[in-house]
Amino acid sequence: MDHFHQKHILDMTSLSRQEIDYIIKTAETLKEISERPIKKVPMLRGKSIVHFFHEPSTRTRTSFEIAAKRMSADTFSISASTSSMTKGETLLDTVNTLQAMNPDIIVMRHSASGAPHFVSRHLNASIINAGDGMHAHPTQSLLDMMTVREALGKINGLKVSIIGDIFHSRVARSNIIGFTKMGATVTVAAPCTMIPHGIDKLGARVAKTLDDAVSNADIVMALRIQKERQSNFFFPTEREYAYFYGLTYERLKSMNNNAFIMHPGPINRGVELSSDIADCSESLIMKQVTNGVAIRMALLYLLMGGTRNAHSN
Amino acid sequence: MRILIENGTVIDPQQSLNDIRTVFIENNTIVQVLAPNELSNAPFSKEEADYVYNAQDQLICPGLVDIHVHFRDPGQEYKETIETGCKAATYGGFTDVCCMPNTLPINDQPEITKYMIEKARSVGMTRLHPVAAISPGSKGKGLTEMGLLLNAGACAFSDDGQPVSDPQLMRRAMEYARSFDALIISHCEDLRLAEGVMNEGSISTRMGLAGIPNAAESVMVMRDIALCELTGARLHIAHVSTAQSVEAIKFAKDKGLPVTAETAPHYFTLTDSAVLEYDTHAKMNPPLRTETDREAIRQALAEGVIDVIATDHAPHSGLEKMVPYDQAANGIIGLETSLALSLKLVHDRMLSLSQLIEKMSINPAKIMRMPKKIIASGYPADLTIFDLSMKHTISSKLFQSKSRNTPFDGWTCRGKVMQTIINGQLCL
Repeated sequence: MDHFHQKHILDMTSLSRQEIDYIIKTAETLKEISERPIKKVPMLRGKSIVHFFHEPSTRTRTSFEIAAKRMSADTFSISASTSSMTKGETLLDTVNTLQAMNPDIIVMRHSASGAPHFVSRHLNASIINAGDGMHAHPTQSLLDMMTVREALGKINGLKVSIIGDIFHSRVARSNIIGFTKMGATVTVAAPCTMIPHGIDKLGARVAKTLDDAVSNADIVMALRIQKERQSNFFFPTEREYAYFYGLTYERLKSMNNNAFIMHPGPINRGVELSSDIADCSESLIMKQVTNGVAIRMALLYLLMGGTRNAHSN
Repeated sequence: MRILIENGTVIDPQQSLNDIRTVFIENNTIVQVLAPNELSNAPFSKEEADYVYNAQDQLICPGLVDIHVHFRDPGQEYKETIETGCKAATYGGFTDVCCMPNTLPINDQPEITKYMIEKARSVGMTRLHPVAAISPGSKGKGLTEMGLLLNAGACAFSDDGQPVSDPQLMRRAMEYARSFDALIISHCEDLRLAEGVMNEGSISTRMGLAGIPNAAESVMVMRDIALCELTGARLHIAHVSTAQSVEAIKFAKDKGLPVTAETAPHYFTLTDSAVLEYDTHAKMNPPLRTETDREAIRQALAEGVIDVIATDHAPHSGLEKMVPYDQAANGIIGLETSLALSLKLVHDRMLSLSQLIEKMSINPAKIMRMPKKIIASGYPADLTIFDLSMKHTISSKLFQSKSRNTPFDGWTCRGKVMQTIINGQLCL
């Protein structure tokens, strides 16, 4: 593949198999930069990147900041609580204001599904979706696929099982689409309240039990259970969730001896994952975080023209 | 322990059996069921049996199951205890009962469920299967730990007399229950429409009592059927009392939805005219309806639209019934009158005997996923023996139940429970 032609990274649906492959390969090359004693290259010198986070985030936001800074871009942060949106400004006015200052890339997280798509139709800058509502989290999906490929050498033909609140999860939606596109089979398991209608049409198989989902999996990905979902009747208590869908090291080993464990974070220890499993040798959770920086470096780099631009520097 | 039951007629709908058979029981299992010409294969002789029961002119059917009772224990033991309730059930011919969760505290915790089962086990008569609450405290604000409750022995979920008003909670409850293939029992009542004390009609108008329209029930039956279609969960409609509910359930069944339904003997026996003397023993919820509804219920039983007869056995002390009608508690006891009142349907030729046994044993056991109720070798020895035609007068003074609140005291019926065998034990 010669060039990367996408202007925005909005979701996994709009990326082709070749493009996903190219992004991961680029990230694998750039990963080495983060291991150097001097972690900085001039690839994005003179580029302005706005991190526009309308929803709380620690790891995704830090990951984007570090990725941009390691490539010498100038970064600016706006969060909902400090922006003029708290003064009643509409989203469109806020981003038009940003646009007037000519940023090259806007990295955006928003609680409303589709907000980055909406913004992308009105701006010249490239938009990277850092998570929108329950819809998509493409950079998480890409870093997950990079991590799986690093651990198992491939994605094609693997069995990936996602356990937990699929209903509210943009990570689950992006991973179902992404992993399926790359030739893996994806299975989901959760209480029926957390399995949204038609998830099978996105390509996921719905398992009847946790055992059914875990016993043959190469990768078991647990999702965070949010306590606030209790008030909307999605599950009764954390105690019950942990009993039926929580993974402990012992339970995992009794079902499947070979699977790797992943989690997009933050973890509710003792609910979806016990501490002994989060920190075990089969856990790829810290590698996901490390690869997150590489994936985001790759995306910033490719959106800004990739090799063409690097050569012109 | 070896029991031999001779000369009786075995009625077993699942084997299309209605004939003289000798039943051999060893410990808690039926070991052989033999026709008169097969007795050379007897596993043991009369002399070798510890007990020989002569069932001459009596019928032997699979143990009866009542999936809707209230035992008031824990919390209101002055009305009924698990001990008196289980005894009443045994005397009524029931080997299994399902107990609603509206105790004090509400059965919304695995520990309460376990307490009920253990206490009934220590009584050693009818088995008790607790129905646990859908929402903590039946307050309609969240979900109970259904999985843990099922592990503790709960057989289904219902908020019964405090029905789930919030349709979103009912939807989630049904979805969540589907994770465990668990049954949701719905006491269908719109609480606002049901702000009355008897059926709404000419009698309530004449008596000056606030009425409860049929729609108070059927709107919720229709809502829950729609939610059943949405979620795919198993839904059981409790104590159906109206013609409109019957129509809705028929519609759901024709569509192939996993919906089942029960009614109680008083709904196919009495009408709202029983309230005419301001008789508080005719006050229950849902209320006694009109002759049109009663006829619709009887037809629905005959056509299989209603699968189960359950009593809604609701004990109350005299204190709660010896008051003006408006102030009286809802509900009547039913365990010790159920079979006699239901046999009237057979005597009236509304139901065949097999159909009646299906509704009082086979179907409720299936809906509750209990072990198969069948009189065949290798199956649990749970049997009810009764006389189909013996005339007797109902006397509430003789009840095992702690309460006496029945409108049927002094009624003369045909049909009487003679013996209940639970787990191979003769209990009467």
